[in-house]
Amino acid sequence: MLKYLEKTVMPNILIRKTSRRGFLGGSAAFALAAYAMPADAFPRWPTGGESMPNGIVEDPLIFVSIDTDGTVTLVAHRSEMGTGSRTSLPMIMADEMEADWDRVKIVQAEGDEPKYGNQDTDGSRSLRHHIQMARKIGGAVRHMIRHAAAQSWGVDPSTVTVENHEARSGTNRADFGALAAAAMAMPVPAHEDIAYKSEDEFRYIGKGRVQITDLHDITTGRAVYGADVTLPGMKFAVVARPPVVGGKAVSYDAEAALAVPGVEHVHELPYSIMPTQFAPLGGIAVVASNTWAAIQGREALDISWDGGPHAEYDSATFMAEMIAEAEKPGIILREQGDPDMAFTDAARIVSRTYTQDHIAHIPMEPPVALASYEGGKLEIWAPVQSPYATRTGTAEALGLDPEDVKVNVTLLGGGFGRKSKADFVTEAALLSREVGAPVRVQWTREDDVRHSFYHTTSAERIEAAIDETGKIKGWRHNSVAPSILSTFAPDGGNQFPIETGMGHVDMPFDIPHVRCDNGKALAHTRIGWFRAVSNIPRAWAIGSFVGELAQELGRDDLQTWLDLIGTPRTVDPVAEGYPESFWNYGEPYAEFPIETGRLANVLRMAADGIGYGKDVGDGEGIGLAAHRSFVSYVACAVHVKVVDGRIMVPEMHLAIDCGFAANPERIESQMQGAAVMGMTTALNSGITFENGAVMQSNFYDYDVVRSDNYPLNVVTHIVPHPFSVHSTGVGEPGMPPVPPAIANGLFHATGMRKRHLPIGVEI
Amino acid sequence: MAKLDLNGITTDVDVSDDMPLLWAIRDLAGLPGTKYGCGVGLCGACTVHVDGKAVRSCQTTVGEVSGAAITTIEGLDSAGDHRLQRAWRDLNVPQCGFCQSGQIMQAASLLAENPKPTDQEILDAMAGNVCRCGCYQRIVEAVRVASTGS
Repeated sequence: MLKYLEKTVMPNILIRKTSRRGFLGGSAAFALAAYAMPADAFPRWPTGGESMPNGIVEDPLIFVSIDTDGTVTLVAHRSEMGTGSRTSLPMIMADEMEADWDRVKIVQAEGDEPKYGNQDTDGSRSLRHHIQMARKIGGAVRHMIRHAAAQSWGVDPSTVTVENHEARSGTNRADFGALAAAAMAMPVPAHEDIAYKSEDEFRYIGKGRVQITDLHDITTGRAVYGADVTLPGMKFAVVARPPVVGGKAVSYDAEAALAVPGVEHVHELPYSIMPTQFAPLGGIAVVASNTWAAIQGREALDISWDGGPHAEYDSATFMAEMIAEAEKPGIILREQGDPDMAFTDAARIVSRTYTQDHIAHIPMEPPVALASYEGGKLEIWAPVQSPYATRTGTAEALGLDPEDVKVNVTLLGGGFGRKSKADFVTEAALLSREVGAPVRVQWTREDDVRHSFYHTTSAERIEAAIDETGKIKGWRHNSVAPSILSTFAPDGGNQFPIETGMGHVDMPFDIPHVRCDNGKALAHTRIGWFRAVSNIPRAWAIGSFVGELAQELGRDDLQTWLDLIGTPRTVDPVAEGYPESFWNYGEPYAEFPIETGRLANVLRMAADGIGYGKDVGDGEGIGLAAHRSFVSYVACAVHVKVVDGRIMVPEMHLAIDCGFAANPERIESQMQGAAVMGMTTALNSGITFENGAVMQSNFYDYDVVRSDNYPLNVVTHIVPHPFSVHSTGVGEPGMPPVPPAIANGLFHATGMRKRHLPIGVEI
Repeated sequence: MAKLDLNGITTDVDVSDDMPLLWAIRDLAGLPGTKYGCGVGLCGACTVHVDGKAVRSCQTTVGEVSGAAITTIEGLDSAGDHRLQRAWRDLNVPQCGFCQSGQIMQAASLLAENPKPTDQEILDAMAGNVCRCGCYQRIVEAVRVASTGS
């Protein structure tokens, strides 16, 4: 049984023992009323998905096929990196179709957005943008099966029930397999003509009863990740990349590498300078008959590097500059009321600066790709979050037509944003063309740590103007951080709306006078996006600052949070001075507004869950934080304990409001994961630079939370909603509140206030 | 040429004795269930059994395991139904899944030596196996379920 579901605090989850796959097996647990579904079971709403590149495709003939034996094959077009989208979207299709999950097979789409719609698996968008599409596809197929059955039996469609992989009317019965050909030849119905299930008829949607698609393969070692595809004649390559972005090799010893047994080629790859986009960094590739030989050959290269224009980058010096910059006025992005007056009139001003080092994603599977170039055509097998951008990007790099490039998407051994950038795939493609054989490029862990597209480093300065009654009247927040934009275009040093929309200008507190500004910071390495992106430094700063305000005002943390959030309101971005360019995670604001009552609600849920206010021992404390990101609301309440100087987390409650919860079991697993990665972000993760190069290399000096000290008991609370409350992000929003909640708990445990990430594992 | 006893099958691999077992298993024997995660013995993704005990195959050379019985995730149970594999499925443990072969092999070695570990013994035994997705809570629970049956 799915034991963990018992601990997920959500009503109406039933646990059933089951066979190998479906948790309801083949049992007909309930009967569906024949063709009498409410016409308004599923009113549509617009999402940002429609305006993503290549939009959303809802054609069941693209996503569904049915074999004569009744096997229903569903296409998963989003990449699976651990969030469960390869399970959840097909599960929704199967449910609405009344397919038996035990008879569903899932195939992964290749990178082909004109055919499948947008495939960029990032931004916590898979369910948010595709839950309607998945229902529509499933509902359309059920409609087609019903009509095919009615036609073959010569009965009225309204007499046909489609349930659990079977159509029935009177004494007529037919399995999906028997109806497959006729059903799939029926006209595809329009949304208004589809009789959708009502919510109480869902078998899988909202229940969290299905095992993940690849569970059996994963537990037996048969799941196929990027390094698990082999081709006849395949070669194995590693690349020595410039330690500094924009650098290049001055000299190297190819002969020494070629002398290593198994090494077959040494090839210099073209270099790139900032803005690199997703181009490979260049360097010296060693191609061999196995990975180990390639690694040995690379060690023999004895390369002398020229650092290039960023060889002076020293992240400690840079941090001091950012802190100073944050104390000066930046470009004003949000201006509400009269913040200058609020600060002039203030009885008291509290100012703090919160900082963060860079982060590398370090998915357990380092970047890896297999490419086979032959006769002007390129085929790729790779763990990529962006299969279509990988296709067009490698086509461009090799001067090919995208029609001549095929991208097969393997499972991803974690992604976290790193595998949205397919530099590693282009390396394999270039090398395959060069050596005339299929080539697998394997990044070592050191390569991964040293040559990432790093989460930005930041200084966030927040000031509060407090009146004589202790009320917060004014708020100023200057965010200084190198921008992701610098990876794509000449760097102006300022952030762009996608970054400033992540917890900066959308600060939701009910404060009359607000200014959000942005000071300059130029990038000296490749800046990319890491799970939750700019929300991490913003939630870190704002969440910690609320804790500090409570301390300064001698108030309770929870009450301080609730006072700042204020009475429930739907934020009016115009009235509150948001910039015209305000980015709401790409979603239409009217459909996905900022609702502060939902933020307060998750905060109360998490606090209630942990028993906020209870006595804890000496050296222990409870910390809180809440944050809206990816259009979801998450709060963290954490019990922090310091034992022999070691920061430990015996219990954490994460409360999430993500609208309708399509697969609560995977939402829970994402919250458990966010707890761990959030604790790692709080305590461990810091990439630093000296002389332009990354100082860390592997788990020695870039460690993560492990089983000997992780959040021991993570309890997930999911706010229940009907389907009409739009599903929002899950993969990322669990992360941001965790580090500030830990810091606030640490303060209560020790009296020590930490303002820099990472905090360190010991204090 | 070295002979490896891999999952009960003698396999000839044309490599020098100093090649890490991991690469011989993956690149030459063609068993991809054992994963590369760090190459320095700090993540546990490459965990296999040598004569029943968990070792990091990236830190073990081919020469060191000559004549020893090597078991990879593919050979843990012929039907793939080791009690740990079943417990993993009952709890829907994995997220991305990449580290899970190593986790299961580490746990199998623990239970072979200590059939009823305490929670602390489980936490300590599994501390060398990193899961970046953060499945620890379910991993520990699955080991507990496999060892106690509940």
